[in-house]
Amino acid sequence: MRETPMQRLLSFILGWGTALLLFFPIAWMVLTSFKSERDATSPNLFFTPSLDSYHEVFARADYLSFALNSIVISVGGTVLALLFAIPAAYSMAFHPTRRTRGTLLWMLSTKMLPPVGVLVPIYLLFRTAGLLDTRSGLIAIYALMNLPIVVWMLFTFYKEVPNEILEAGRMDGAKTAGEVWFLLLPLTLPGVASTGLLSLILCWNEAFWSLNLTSAGAAPLTAFIASFSSPEGLFFAKLSAASTMAVAPILVFGWFSQRQLVQGLTFGAVK
Amino acid sequence: MRVTNELPVEGQITEGKPKMIRVSQGGVAAAISGAALLLAGASAARADSTITIATVNNGDMVVMQKLSSEFEKQHPDIHLRWVVLEENVLRQRVTTDIATKAGQFDILTIGNYEVPIWAKQGWLAAMDNLPASYDVDDLLKPVRAGLTYEGKLYGLPFYGESAMTYYRTDLFKKAGIKMPEAPTYEQIRGFADKITDKANKIYGMCLRGKPGWGENMAYVTSLVNAEGGQWFDMQWKPAIDSAAWHKAITFYDDILKADGPPGATSNGFNENLALFASGHCGMWIDATVAGGMLYDKKQSSVADKVGFAPMPTGAFVGAPTWLWSWNLAIPASSKQQEAARTFVTWATSKEYIQLVAKTNGWVSVPPGTRVSTYENADYQKAAPFAGFVRKAIEVANPNGQTQQPRPYQGAQFVAIPEFQGIGTQVGQTIAGTLTGQTTVDQALKSAQAATERTMHQAGYPKN
Repeated sequence: MRETPMQRLLSFILGWGTALLLFFPIAWMVLTSFKSERDATSPNLFFTPSLDSYHEVFARADYLSFALNSIVISVGGTVLALLFAIPAAYSMAFHPTRRTRGTLLWMLSTKMLPPVGVLVPIYLLFRTAGLLDTRSGLIAIYALMNLPIVVWMLFTFYKEVPNEILEAGRMDGAKTAGEVWFLLLPLTLPGVASTGLLSLILCWNEAFWSLNLTSAGAAPLTAFIASFSSPEGLFFAKLSAASTMAVAPILVFGWFSQRQLVQGLTFGAVK
Repeated sequence: MRVTNELPVEGQITEGKPKMIRVSQGGVAAAISGAALLLAGASAARADSTITIATVNNGDMVVMQKLSSEFEKQHPDIHLRWVVLEENVLRQRVTTDIATKAGQFDILTIGNYEVPIWAKQGWLAAMDNLPASYDVDDLLKPVRAGLTYEGKLYGLPFYGESAMTYYRTDLFKKAGIKMPEAPTYEQIRGFADKITDKANKIYGMCLRGKPGWGENMAYVTSLVNAEGGQWFDMQWKPAIDSAAWHKAITFYDDILKADGPPGATSNGFNENLALFASGHCGMWIDATVAGGMLYDKKQSSVADKVGFAPMPTGAFVGAPTWLWSWNLAIPASSKQQEAARTFVTWATSKEYIQLVAKTNGWVSVPPGTRVSTYENADYQKAAPFAGFVRKAIEVANPNGQTQQPRPYQGAQFVAIPEFQGIGTQVGQTIAGTLTGQTTVDQALKSAQAATERTMHQAGYPKN
């Protein structure tokens, strides 16, 4: 069915409207980061831009060490989650049992528990294991946090692959590992990539655990942002500058990978 | 002091489904081994003399962080690690850390609300045997008293504040009125009406309206004290549903509705500071620490038009007055007690104040802690409000009596652990009267009932 000009105009307005609406807070944040503290709270669009806030933020905190922690923890958490999720999703997709459905739902249900509910047990566990303020500790937590979603996504992608292909592989003598590595992964690569990307973004943005379980050594960019809010004093411009610097890497990364991301997320959506 | 309502109460922390917790823990154990393989040695080992300092991002603390390189030069064997957190997160982190004795922090930045409560719990190390050069008697007496529990100091003050009335001298002049030396709330109301010019976005009175025990309730509690009210009677029965509270809240509502900025319930200390600094407030009653910011031309467009007066008085003269201090304390669980103490005594010493004066100018020194600061002629010259603030702090009697006898201490808060929860809950009810959701009568009745319930559950009256 062809669209009428009216419909096209409508979808144009709706599409761009939604995009601008979603982008507005980020644009406003970037704008505020160039204002002085005095102007930061006024909704004025005209002001003399300055880099003062950025200078201040750089002088105050070691941005690079926070950013490095964010990268190591996000990548580590994502890789670890994929290591566990790929075999798990394979087994559930191709060798389902009576309990597979229930297991999948149960895994997802762990996401419904507010994290603060397990803060004290996890904190105590970390204290005993010496994992407080370590990157390894956060990697473990992030992997666990994203595991249900990663398994679910991979499971849906794997379901798209006809079992016969894997069977053919087995006939040719492939072992389970070979089956996953040489057949399944190449076939579902866009899906695995977009799952990894999503997990990476979720890890990058996670604030609750990173604020509670780190102090100085392993603190990622979320802790860097939080350190710029002030109970007594004006801080909006500096906070905006810090936030802009914290979201910039993942924003750029998301921009470059948006094709894969969209492709993966809509993969199999229409049969 | 600024606190909102997002603290998890103990009940919430321990709730949750046991089954899931077990699974998570098992999962953690399994994943930890994987993570260890993946990133062996990702965490660096700590040197023995490294101390971790938890603090907030207030101007004076930022200066301390910058100048701490001087300390490291003097003490090459002590290394400092800074953890700067948002105030509520800091409180939550530090409480979890101390209660579980995790020992993540060696120095904490906490308020005079926490110090006596935590000292009672045995969570803080006592600050006794201070060196003579520290001159502990130089500390302002009310500030020192706020940090003392059973005769011992449990924190050293980094900066302190009371509250005062700020006003715009130009607007007062234009309206042909003059701020008296000791204004009453009655007079303040009249002034606010005269200088309000809503068409030009000038609001006669700005006050804290954002709900939270350290936000609107800090001011409301002071106001209630001034009108002769109090939180609890000697039997720990809440006294919120009383004539004094009624008068105070009615005044608060009326003045903010008639002369306040729109959306007052979202304004806390910082929002009002921004409003006043950008020329939208005729008067503002808040912490003395705002003086340094309002007089600073870089932060304030009305720097040369700010006047100040004491907190207004109400029906009961001599009520407990506002006193807050940010202090450095050492948790009992810290494994670096000696090094931590060396830093804390350095950062709150006279020499440190001299160092700030030398590098950033006298107007930037941390106020409200030492007599010697206020006696310094250079400081008096640089900060025109200095003498005034000193007097406000020296006469502050946070532990003085309310009109009727009371069983608790504190001027703009109640020094019991339950107050964070109670204050924030009542703060929300009071904010409801500003938005017109409830009447003052209804609000006070429901606040009274809710507080009675909480106090009963907490086991009051305690013997």
